[in-house]
Amino acid sequence: MREYFTFLWRCFRVSFVGDWRYHVWMLLLTVLSLLGLNAYCKQFVYGLAETGMTDQVSWGLYIANFTFLVGIAAAAVMLVIPVYIYRNKDLHDLVIFGELLAVAAIIMCLLFVTVDLGRPDRFTHLFRRFNFPLSMLTWDVIVLNGYLLLNLHICGYMIYCHYRRREPKKALFVIPFVFVAIVWAISIHTVTAFLYVGLGARPFWNSAIIAPRFLASAFSAGPAFIILTLQVIDRFTVYSVPRQALMTLRQIILVALTINMFLLLSELFTEFYAGEAHIASTRYLYLGLHGYHALVPWIWSAIALNSIALIIIYLPLARSLKFLNVACVLMIVGIWIEKGMGLIVPAFIPTPLGEIVEYAPSLNEIMVCLGIWAFGLMLYTIFVRITVPVLSGRLTYDRDFSAVPQKP
Amino acid sequence: MTHAGSADSDLSGVTRRSFLGTAAAVTGVAAVVTALKPLLEADFDPGDLGSVEQFLQKHYKEMTPLEMEEALARIRRQVRERFDIEPNLRDARSLVGVEFVYALNLSRCIGCRRCVHACVAENNQSRNPEIQYIRVLEIPKGTIDIERSDHHYDHETVPDPDHFYMPVQCHQCADPPCVKVCPVEATWQEDDGITVVDYDWCIGCRYCQAACPYWARRFNFAEPEIPKDQINPDMAYLSNRPRPKGVMEKCTYCLHRTREGRMPACLEVCPVGARKFGDVLDPDSEVTQILRKKRIYVLKEEASTLPRFFYYFDERRPQIREGDAATEGAAS
Repeated sequence: MREYFTFLWRCFRVSFVGDWRYHVWMLLLTVLSLLGLNAYCKQFVYGLAETGMTDQVSWGLYIANFTFLVGIAAAAVMLVIPVYIYRNKDLHDLVIFGELLAVAAIIMCLLFVTVDLGRPDRFTHLFRRFNFPLSMLTWDVIVLNGYLLLNLHICGYMIYCHYRRREPKKALFVIPFVFVAIVWAISIHTVTAFLYVGLGARPFWNSAIIAPRFLASAFSAGPAFIILTLQVIDRFTVYSVPRQALMTLRQIILVALTINMFLLLSELFTEFYAGEAHIASTRYLYLGLHGYHALVPWIWSAIALNSIALIIIYLPLARSLKFLNVACVLMIVGIWIEKGMGLIVPAFIPTPLGEIVEYAPSLNEIMVCLGIWAFGLMLYTIFVRITVPVLSGRLTYDRDFSAVPQKP
Repeated sequence: MTHAGSADSDLSGVTRRSFLGTAAAVTGVAAVVTALKPLLEADFDPGDLGSVEQFLQKHYKEMTPLEMEEALARIRRQVRERFDIEPNLRDARSLVGVEFVYALNLSRCIGCRRCVHACVAENNQSRNPEIQYIRVLEIPKGTIDIERSDHHYDHETVPDPDHFYMPVQCHQCADPPCVKVCPVEATWQEDDGITVVDYDWCIGCRYCQAACPYWARRFNFAEPEIPKDQINPDMAYLSNRPRPKGVMEKCTYCLHRTREGRMPACLEVCPVGARKFGDVLDPDSEVTQILRKKRIYVLKEEASTLPRFFYYFDERRPQIREGDAATEGAAS
């Protein structure tokens, strides 16, 4: 036990060690996190009136980011499946970075839900009266926290074993959990989709295609995010990432993004060709409604970004990392818009009584979001900072990190 | 700089490294304290962030009579402190063997919005930010599509001859989606059919607001403001007692009145008698008669939430109704 605390203490120490770029990056994230904390304190004192949300559009940027990040977290399985099911060797040593990303993303998800609550001080009511299984929100509480624990266990166990220079007992402590985590990853996204789909009052969400589309877009944006982070790891740490690993991820994105675009097409066709009455929200999103069209430029940019990304990914051009990266950035932004502005907000416009009130996030709300993103990235940076020296054998129980000359 | 630093450390025995570390730590703590500063402006008065007893308070359904008395005493004290009045606060329990329904005559409603304002006054809704439970839709004649309605009509006089008016409030559904989705059971349907909110239990996630097909739920985005001289002292725990910020609220069919034999405030104020309210299980009640004899419909029947709020029209030739009633009587 004492050794475990020494381990945690060393991890804590390591997270402060790095070259100037590392320090600048961490300082930036710290400042942004604190600005976010400051903005949240204001919201905590004065209420959600500090946001752009209203009775008409009662969920906004917080829930949008939450939805996007559930996808990022779920996408970790796109590294796990090739390794544990298809025995892909290139990705084998990289799986843990996907799982760590899942941990950071889930923590961000939980933060985004918490800042959206009107009475965060009453969160203990969840333990005292839990409307399970009727409320989909209770399912989400279970699957998100479960997924967090699963990934914490898998990563923590692997890292600690390496630190102790023990051979991990994979068959007992890793493999079963990994397979549960694969199913669980699908479930977090499905349950989050059902959260919206299950509302008969919102025809925009009340469609069976939402859950599959969620998964398809998550499995594009998530691996895209991982491609970018793996290159950062490759460049700034002793860890080397085989190029073939990135190409495997490219294949995954290629399939997922194609499916996503296909589902989008099916959705648009169904809504617009039949021209039935219940498409007011869809019309508002894509074309504008009665002179209101705040979301129109957003959604068309998203579609443009995703289409360009898809074309680049298909071309042999994408074998060059430069183009692959461009495509990844485009689709991350595209899918963030699509899932945020494009999926959450229009469901509230018009209201069930036909009133149109548009939504724009307030500055304070944006600061809270930035703060959570910065905090999440800081967590992920620290995770990677600890994992790399441990896995490469430079930080072990009998070899204190500070004794070794550093090259981050 | 480096020189000065090392000279310093020689003198005081502090290494440059640990000095920088301490400086960074101090700066860090200072930054965190600054970030948390807005919390100082919090009003830690009871009713805002809540006292310890409020934190420990149980869910409405779990409270013993004694605990309820304590909760009521606490709320009375808060009302006295905030509004300088002695409230007649009680826990108006659900009636048994009664099912309340509302019927609204669209042929009569003139869109004067008196019901909206009577409701605000009766139920102690926040005046700033403004919360109203009833929304009156102005719909052009020739359609019943509420997407073509105007919520913010502003004529010199009403009714406008080219429109009809449709007030919408909580429909007290028999299969309420808002109740189903609440993660902490802070909202539920009572035996007499009224869906209520425990304002001391709601966590403010607003999932119910997204689930409601009638846009009947309101959220306290900020601390509600009610002028002292406008507070209604006639209050019940589950209806019109003052609400804290960050929780949901909604129409309760004025349960502090209706459970004690009175009519809802919106009905009493209606100048044209468009509103009817009563117990549908009582065969002689006016609403039962209306449901039997009038041409009634519910808004958004396709949402299949089984509303207890009905709209109806007057027949154009009332004499025919007499005949219908006679035939019906003969048939049964």
